[in-house]
Amino acid sequence: MTALLALSDLRVSLGGRAVLRGLSLTVSKGEVVGVIGPNGAGKSTLLRAAMGLIPVQGQRLLGGDPVQALPAGERALRAAFLPQDRDIAWAMTVAAVVGLGRLPHQAVRRTTVAEDRKAVDRALTRMDLDALRDRSVRELSGGERARTLIARMLAQEAPLLVADEPTAGLDPAHQIIAMETFAGLARDGRSVVVSLHDLGLAARWCDRLVLMQDGAVVASGIPSEVLKADLLRRVYGIEAFIQQGPGGLIVQPTGIAG
Amino acid sequence: MGETDGRGFVLLCAGLGFMVVLLFLISLLVGPASLPPMESLRALLAGEGDATAIVMREIRLPRSILALMIGATLGLSGAALQGYLRNPLAEPGLIGVSASAALGAVLAIYTGLSLLFPLALPLMALGGALAGVLIVQALAGGYSGTITLILAGVAVTSLASAMTSLALNLSPNPFAALEIVFWLLGSLSDRSFVHVQLAAPFMLIGWVLLAGLGRSLDALTLGEDAAASLGVSIARTKLLAVVGTALSVGAAVAVAGAIGFVGLVVPHILRPLVGNRPSRLLLASALGGAAMLLAADIGVRVIAPGQDLKLGVLTAVVGAPFFLWLVLQTRRQMP
Amino acid sequence: MVSRLRQFGSLLALFLAVGFVSAAIVTVAGTARADAVPQRVVSMNVCTDQLAMLLAGEGQLHSVSFLATDPSASAMPIRAEAFPPNRARAEEIYLMKPDLVVTGSFGNRDTVQMLRRLGIRVETFPLANSFDDIRMNLRRMGALLGREARAERVIAVFDRDLAGLRVDGDGVAPKAALYYANKYTSGHHSMADTIVEAAGLHNIGGDFGIRGMGQLPLEALIMAAPDMLIRSRDYRAPALAFEVLDHPSLRKVTDETGEPVFVGARWNCGTPAVLVAVERLIEAKLRLGSPRAPYRETASLRRRD
Repeated sequence: MTALLALSDLRVSLGGRAVLRGLSLTVSKGEVVGVIGPNGAGKSTLLRAAMGLIPVQGQRLLGGDPVQALPAGERALRAAFLPQDRDIAWAMTVAAVVGLGRLPHQAVRRTTVAEDRKAVDRALTRMDLDALRDRSVRELSGGERARTLIARMLAQEAPLLVADEPTAGLDPAHQIIAMETFAGLARDGRSVVVSLHDLGLAARWCDRLVLMQDGAVVASGIPSEVLKADLLRRVYGIEAFIQQGPGGLIVQPTGIAG
Repeated sequence: MGETDGRGFVLLCAGLGFMVVLLFLISLLVGPASLPPMESLRALLAGEGDATAIVMREIRLPRSILALMIGATLGLSGAALQGYLRNPLAEPGLIGVSASAALGAVLAIYTGLSLLFPLALPLMALGGALAGVLIVQALAGGYSGTITLILAGVAVTSLASAMTSLALNLSPNPFAALEIVFWLLGSLSDRSFVHVQLAAPFMLIGWVLLAGLGRSLDALTLGEDAAASLGVSIARTKLLAVVGTALSVGAAVAVAGAIGFVGLVVPHILRPLVGNRPSRLLLASALGGAAMLLAADIGVRVIAPGQDLKLGVLTAVVGAPFFLWLVLQTRRQMP
Repeated sequence: MVSRLRQFGSLLALFLAVGFVSAAIVTVAGTARADAVPQRVVSMNVCTDQLAMLLAGEGQLHSVSFLATDPSASAMPIRAEAFPPNRARAEEIYLMKPDLVVTGSFGNRDTVQMLRRLGIRVETFPLANSFDDIRMNLRRMGALLGREARAERVIAVFDRDLAGLRVDGDGVAPKAALYYANKYTSGHHSMADTIVEAAGLHNIGGDFGIRGMGQLPLEALIMAAPDMLIRSRDYRAPALAFEVLDHPSLRKVTDETGEPVFVGARWNCGTPAVLVAVERLIEAKLRLGSPRAPYRETASLRRRD
């Protein structure tokens, strides 16, 4: 079975600076892959490169086909993307913004209004937004807006979801709701790639972690293999409390290393 | 969203369309020669070459057609540029597209080029508009914010207007220098079907291109990366927006001068009525722009019959305070 | 009905429209020093240029305006070649050391004042609007140049030619519309009106209450259903001001006239050359078919004084 996403030896330079240096990553069906690493490690660049948004050297296969060879509409049916940029230019309603996730379906598959509305309703419910559906996004709090944008990505109902720091700005309950949702989607056979700053969330809800530093992978594997005290000290420069708990690994940064 | 919303949109467009038809008819009935309405409409449809029929067909009809088409162009391109640049202050007049189109048109006319080759007029205006869009985009592209966009627009407008003045001042014809007012403020006075024939095809092609932007503009609400991941080709969007604006605005300016603020005011009034969806704003703004310019052109003829009051005066009287209010709004929303 | 401001605007427009028109005659400055016959006369205006060239003695006229050699503005372009041109600038005129400067009474007031301050005698001539104005202009120019006898001879020839014009006056005058750049037309109290009416045509400009020059909307012109369009010529360089003269709605009128009838250099100034313009108009009138709607002269519309 082909991997949903297969990146091999990706190299990206932005303004003469190497941002990704020969990075490889494979994402299979049914897993949540967390991309972690300090600021400037290249997480966002990796996700944007995976989505075909920037030119790279190396190979990018999405569902077995080279990303850049896929028609834009087809690419959108195979992978949904949540960029870090949370700006919403116009004061649309929550439901209308979430509905934007249906654009590729309307364009390529010519879905019916009813189909689209069901998908939007599912996404709204998943992100706990039913009560807010007719509110203007201008009136939302930062967290509500972030949830709206996650719901927009969910409404796209693609086999692969790529999310750049989806939990930033969410309160703990909604962080958990978001991560639970991703885990649930993975159980249903879809795959999720998320970049995270919260090591606790990464430890608890990701099936696999990729730790990046300076545009390269330092470690990858199941959370307990990656979130090790010495690695965290070397890459992040922090001390952390790490313990295997009943529901999974517990990681809590406790101080600056040194 | 959903059907209820969709029904509202259809209703809105029907209402705007009705307004356009009504204003078009009124526009046909207003002029320095006060003709009885029924008789003039009869002459328009069935006249036999008498003076009334000539006035209706050769003077008023082309004027009304141009008001409708140019208004639609300005409304549509304003909505399209705002959606494309994700900026509520983007408008062909404010960002310098109209002024650069006027420069192109002025060069075509006053060098005598358009006498030898009539298509040179719309083509050079189009070239000017294209240069204007590309310069502004280069200066303020990548969604660099309202202030950058306005500053770039001011710079392009000032330069293009200065070059227009220079070209007109250098003309050996003593009238040329007086005509700067026409190019800066715009007028539909005594336009003929010659102008309609020159401008209409370019405006129509421009409309088709801009109309093709709907989904892309919706997706761009979430930014360029999100839009691209939603299957929008950014390159195609840019091509449609830039070329569509240049074609339609260039042709409009070539025959009527630079008429400001229509593309700013109309999309703003209509945006909340279409649920803030850029795709729906396109058609609504085209209709609204047509209605506004028809009304303005009726206004200049009623306020100062036979005096050639410039259209831009009226649109600016409405538009400029509106613009200031918008600046305040934008400042409040984006601290 | 026509305000002074508007008349000033009209004058300005005429100045531009018909190609740097001007001049006529009326005494403005005193004639205290007129006893000595001037020997070095400079004209700064295309109309006084022509009056001076008509009347001046050998060597008396030193310079004429640069427009005098322009066939679109002057009726005597070849004759004007003999004189050094000036551009009506105070400095240049002063250095010519004239003992008399003649010019039009508008458009160069600053230059005139400057020259007077420098002690140069300047005589200004207002616009000529009628044949009487022409006679008066000739007489005054003759007196200024000490060429009264020559002036009387020119006037006698002018009167003889005027009387010799064959205008068939059966009471039905075809309607003529004068149309210049920017939709200006001439109404009563203008040389153009005098020329048109002398040719046995009716100038519709006066029907709209226009005195001197004024703007006439295209629609109003069309509705007046003129039989003939007399238009200003396109300028050498293009401008939108002239576009209206080629408006398709005028095609019907111009088709009727056959070849277009132009306002030319002979219309610009109050000189005997206006009679040539009248003759040309009479010829154009003969080319017309019988006028569609005979114009009935009504006292209320004819407000000529």
